[in-house]
Amino acid sequence: MSGGSEVAAILPMQEPVERPVVKQDVNPRREVRTGAELLCSLLEQAGVDTIFGYPGGAVLPIYDALYSSPIRHILTRHEQGAIHAAQGFARVTGKPGIVLATSGPGATNLVTGIADAYMDSTPLVILTGQVPIESIGRDAFQEADIVGITMPVTKHNYQVRDIHDLPQVIADAFYIATTGRPGPVLIDLPKNITAGPASAAVLPQAHVRGYRLPGLPQAADVEAIIEAIRQAKKPLLYIGGGIVSSGASSYLREFAHRTKIPVVSTLMGLGAFPAHDPLFVGMLGMHGTYAANRAVTECDLLIALGVRFDDRVTGKLQRFSPHSTKIHVDIDAAEIGKNVPVHISAVADVGLMLQALLTREVHIDTAAWHEQILLWNEEWPLQYHASEGDLKPQQVVELIAQYTHEEAIITTEVGQHQMWAALFYPFSRPRQFVTSGGLGTMGFGFPAALGAQVARPDSTVICIAGDASFQMNIQELQTIVENQLPVKVAIINNRYLGMVRQWQQFFYESRYAESRIGSPDFAKVAQAYGALGLRAQTLAEAKTALETAFAYNGPVIIDFIVKEEENVFPMVPPGKGTDEMTLEWEE
Amino acid sequence: MERTFSVLVNDRPGVLARVAGLFSRRDFNIASITVGTAEEAGLSRMTIVSSGDDAMALQIMRQLEKLVEVIEVADISKDPVVKRELALIKVEADKNSRPEISHILEPFRVAIVDVGHSSLTVQVTGGVEKIDALIGLLRPYGILEIARTGVTALLRAAAKEVEESGEEVGS
Ligand SMILES: Cc1ncc(C[n+]2csc(CCOP(=O)(O)OP(=O)(O)O)c2C)c(N)n1
Ligand SMILES: [Mg+2]
Repeated sequence: MSGGSEVAAILPMQEPVERPVVKQDVNPRREVRTGAELLCSLLEQAGVDTIFGYPGGAVLPIYDALYSSPIRHILTRHEQGAIHAAQGFARVTGKPGIVLATSGPGATNLVTGIADAYMDSTPLVILTGQVPIESIGRDAFQEADIVGITMPVTKHNYQVRDIHDLPQVIADAFYIATTGRPGPVLIDLPKNITAGPASAAVLPQAHVRGYRLPGLPQAADVEAIIEAIRQAKKPLLYIGGGIVSSGASSYLREFAHRTKIPVVSTLMGLGAFPAHDPLFVGMLGMHGTYAANRAVTECDLLIALGVRFDDRVTGKLQRFSPHSTKIHVDIDAAEIGKNVPVHISAVADVGLMLQALLTREVHIDTAAWHEQILLWNEEWPLQYHASEGDLKPQQVVELIAQYTHEEAIITTEVGQHQMWAALFYPFSRPRQFVTSGGLGTMGFGFPAALGAQVARPDSTVICIAGDASFQMNIQELQTIVENQLPVKVAIINNRYLGMVRQWQQFFYESRYAESRIGSPDFAKVAQAYGALGLRAQTLAEAKTALETAFAYNGPVIIDFIVKEEENVFPMVPPGKGTDEMTLEWEE
Repeated sequence: MERTFSVLVNDRPGVLARVAGLFSRRDFNIASITVGTAEEAGLSRMTIVSSGDDAMALQIMRQLEKLVEVIEVADISKDPVVKRELALIKVEADKNSRPEISHILEPFRVAIVDVGHSSLTVQVTGGVEKIDALIGLLRPYGILEIARTGVTALLRAAAKEVEESGEEVGS
């Protein structure tokens, strides 16, 4: 990589493309002629204003109906881009993300995003075209059994075989996607259904017989939890994405403050409890902070709220929080006891449970426990060695936090940079941090930033990307430019599949098999697409680049050339307990 | 231990695939699965025989309950139930062995549903052990084909439980 002390600012040469014509408002109860028009009407009635999609033969009737619908359609450059964008949209708003793709390859291109949304409990309604019913099962052109393919990665899926079922299916799909533990719901639409005749219908009430939501928290569970807290000397709140989904952040804050119980968070929970709160101990798990993992190991009461005891959190199960009484509150009954046996459990919405808990008085003395946690924090605070010559990835994240007043919406790709973003950007509000947790999907972060920016046009949206991950959906540069979305991409460019390289260094004797990876000149690529492209190799350049980027009201790609072989610490090696953290690596 | 689940599901296309897929994806074992129409139109009852400890059985129930097409799940492993299976057994039988085979069949209260020159087809109904025992006894004569339905089951009349509902707190 070439040196140079100046920021290589490459200005866009291409003018942003005109935005599509703003569609006129249409009465949602207007007359409809085709199934596709009925679909659009029902979607509007369900509150849909934005769809991320990509057309093709089997969805032509739907696109034709969209042409005269007020729904905004964002045309991505790949169906995977569309679904991750819809995920970003959903994650920052809490509203369902809507995706539309054609049959066959269009539908199969969505599968990674569907699996990702399923793992991270993201509400999506996915519409796929299908060959006409009379062709199903005959290996017709662009036929794929998307209902069969996505059964294990959707909360539920449908194939509409009779136009009269469509209103109920749409109502039920939105209800299932957004209630309980949210998740993706797919609706497969054979072309003869969308092209065929239909008449106007009012969106009905959802009615799904085999779908139950937990009721209000039970008094006995509330009492048991309060009693356990009264007995505790070293209690700890272990919180996750369920707090975000439930909208329970304010109740959590109040509860933690009233009881003075410290908080550790999963990757998915970051932002649900403010990072600067004195009660916040940090992220726990494989790349959790030293204090958080020590606290989990030593606590005598672990109060797990909206979490699923993922293996990246627990490490070796036998060593996970061995001395604690465990309480688990989750809206999904199947999560209780799935990975870790617990003593007290409640199937409930965590927000409602916290509200119920807040009606009880509980005073415990946790002063000694807080002392202990402070000591752990002093023993090994979050740290890295800043060096003269090199730009450090952690430094870049800290700078981004500084330049955005810690208020930006941050999305990430997957790898080392993701962990550094999680550890070094202090998140203070829910839905501020959007990352692929359960599936760990490279290629998620950039389109997710696109979708987040569509949903939050006035927010600063930054994708902290890896050099390799960014190349997985780099084509969406065209989409952000065309739609004038001022997304900023900060590429933490280490010329490696950094996380893979780190594992190879630690566990495969530094045999870097296929983890060295090349990249184009990202600044020039940005320029070719019509975005602003910058590059920074030193601390000074990094600062200038960020200043330039935030002064520019449009999409910017900054290529931060960072130290190649930096590692993420602490690390709980696979198969080890959370207390067996590696804090530095000696050859 | 052996586990029996009685599962009420919507009678819709793909439901069996959803249930079977759940078992394979979550690494739950299936010994047998039977499906047929249930008492209410539009519903089917599946009887699934699996195995596992209490925690595993609870996980199977909870995961099944998450399927939208599943209306109700009961773990009837420890309850008094009527469990039945039907088997068709085609066994070699010539003039010489036929009387002896008939003798063996007698206490099993079977029906001989097909007779050929050199074989007999026997229909037997009952618990799994009874059918296993009969197959064991017929094996020396030469079993040509077996078709078993898998177990289907219902709770005995006395065992119907009253669902308890907890007290709720307002918020
Ligand atoms: C789609 C996909 N393929 C492979 C992986 C495995 N993987 C995890 S991290 C990683 C390296 C990512 O490299 P980069 O984006 O440059 O991030 P870095 O770790 O260097 O910060 C890989 C290949 C993955 N998570 N997702
Ligand atoms: Mg990299």
